[in-house]
Amino acid sequence: MQAQTISKGARFLAPSKGDIVLQARGVTVGFGDTLVLENLDLDVIAGEILGFVGASGTGKSVLMRAILGLTPMRRGTVEVFGQVLKTLSDAGRAEVERRWGVLFQQGALFSSLNVRQNIQVPMREHLKLSPRLMDELALLKIEMVGLPRDAAEKFPSELSGGMIKRASLARALALDPAIVFLDEPTSGLDPIGAAAFDELIMQLRDALGLTVYMVTHDLDSLHTTCDRIAVLGEKRVLVEGPMDTMLAFDHPWVRSYFHGTRGARRND
Amino acid sequence: MTVHVPVNPLNLSVHRDDDVAYVAASGSWLLDNARAVEEMVESLDVGRPGKVVLDLSAVDAMDTSGAWLLHRLQAKMEFLGARVKVDNLPEDYQELVSGVETHHPPPWKPRKRRISLAWLAEVTGRQIVEIGRDAVAVTNILGTLVMVLLNVVRHPSRIRLISVAHQFDRAGIGAVPIVVLMCFLIGGIIAQQGGFYLRQFGADRYVVDLVGVLVLREIGVLLTAIMVAGRSGSAFTAELGSMKMHEEIDALHVIGMRVTEVLVLPRVIALMIALPMLTIFGNLAALVGGGLVSWMYLDIPPFSFMLFLKEALTVETLLVGLTKAPFMALIIGLVACVEGFKVRGSSESLGVHTTLSVVKSIFMVIVVDGLFAMYFAGIGV
Repeated sequence: MQAQTISKGARFLAPSKGDIVLQARGVTVGFGDTLVLENLDLDVIAGEILGFVGASGTGKSVLMRAILGLTPMRRGTVEVFGQVLKTLSDAGRAEVERRWGVLFQQGALFSSLNVRQNIQVPMREHLKLSPRLMDELALLKIEMVGLPRDAAEKFPSELSGGMIKRASLARALALDPAIVFLDEPTSGLDPIGAAAFDELIMQLRDALGLTVYMVTHDLDSLHTTCDRIAVLGEKRVLVEGPMDTMLAFDHPWVRSYFHGTRGARRND
Repeated sequence: MTVHVPVNPLNLSVHRDDDVAYVAASGSWLLDNARAVEEMVESLDVGRPGKVVLDLSAVDAMDTSGAWLLHRLQAKMEFLGARVKVDNLPEDYQELVSGVETHHPPPWKPRKRRISLAWLAEVTGRQIVEIGRDAVAVTNILGTLVMVLLNVVRHPSRIRLISVAHQFDRAGIGAVPIVVLMCFLIGGIIAQQGGFYLRQFGADRYVVDLVGVLVLREIGVLLTAIMVAGRSGSAFTAELGSMKMHEEIDALHVIGMRVTEVLVLPRVIALMIALPMLTIFGNLAALVGGGLVSWMYLDIPPFSFMLFLKEALTVETLLVGLTKAPFMALIIGLVACVEGFKVRGSSESLGVHTTLSVVKSIFMVIVVDGLFAMYFAGIGV
């Protein structure tokens, strides 16, 4: 019984450290006559935390949605785990979707399910697990993201903003994904809560070997957690690299972002 | 990209050596295999050793589920009184395993739904309390409505005419085509069915009385009210419920606007104007439908139809129907708004209350129709 159960579990989608997990080439997205993104290239490397910044309305969320296949692309390809999403069969796509987790900006928890059931939705959909194991794993994830145990039976409408983000992260982590997409995970949290969330993301990265794609505006997050930063502007990635590259880069928006009053305090 | 091919089959074997049990685990302890791994962990029989050595050297991969099941295996053997030693845990997974070990979910209890007589009684009791609360809520909102109306009478500028007009447009004008079509068909069907039987007695011409009286007194207003309850009542509930979900109602409160005045009153007034109007249109359409079928199926020409109709009907017949319309509209509007305000955070609750709104208002419309029938019989109309 053992031998055949593995065959499906053979993780062709298990990247090891240093591989390119996500590769976007020539991504062009537009609505009507306006192009939001044009010929955008981006690489995300396994095991890193990539911070994605850009002025409001430059299409950070659009890019994330395009990568996830929620917004159609005019041109370009996205490869995740070496699979070209556009040409992938339904089964292959399901396998890829099983290996990524998404934290939406507003949490997007299912309002008619409690937190435990929310976390179990992907497990129920993709796997056949015993009820006991599902409950235990859900509780484990709830504790891993730093929620109190009694949050498990609460409904999303009974949770605070920070708890919703954590619960949503727990759902994103339900299937032990290789890469998680976080859309402004610390927005709306108080500075202490935001710092704790950053810390949590780093811990989870180390414990689970996650790759993290994080859209954020939080300069503190960029400084403390991100290994690499990519700046979106003028419909493409203006510059990518570690913090030092950002500080040295000469572009009006990038300069005012990282050297502005808020940035300057950090750089002292 | 590296491809991990599992070299070791999924297995958990035990080998006893005196008081020591050597347990060897192998394979991919991943979520995909979690079910099989759980079965292995549960069915593993080590006897009652004093010490257990867990060898993990052949474990290829591990994720949270694997780490958790490993933790469960360890706990199970410790529960038997054995000291457990973990050997050869791959370095990559040490952090994961130690992270999992700091969390101890409480012992798992399966959830069961109680189905017993006590449960049945409890549910019935809750339902009755709920009905009582509904009655209180409807009277409460009705009272507030009267207060608001008095206020509006004193300060006529406070009435939100634009809002009333907008709601009237949606609930009234928008419903005209479907109400007219429905009543036209029903009028035709009544004439045909009535004619089919009355013809056997040579009483064809009384089809006109049948259609005229039935439509004007009962069918016209009742069908229109049911259509409006399904069409506009559900819309009111969904709108107010969605506003409640997104704290828009709270925002109105905080800004100092009276929710009844801003949201409920325009809707109820619009509905109370719209329903009589729709009823008149519906009545006309039903009579046209009935006349058309009488002409084609029973050979009663339109002119004769009009003559017979004039004999059969009085102004009271029409008024009996029309009097009921504003009351039905009031009930539909109130029930819809009360249900809308009862919506709580989840999308499921929105669905539940929209359904309840339609079901309750149609039911109440029929109850009110019955009460009116008794009343009119009492006063001899």
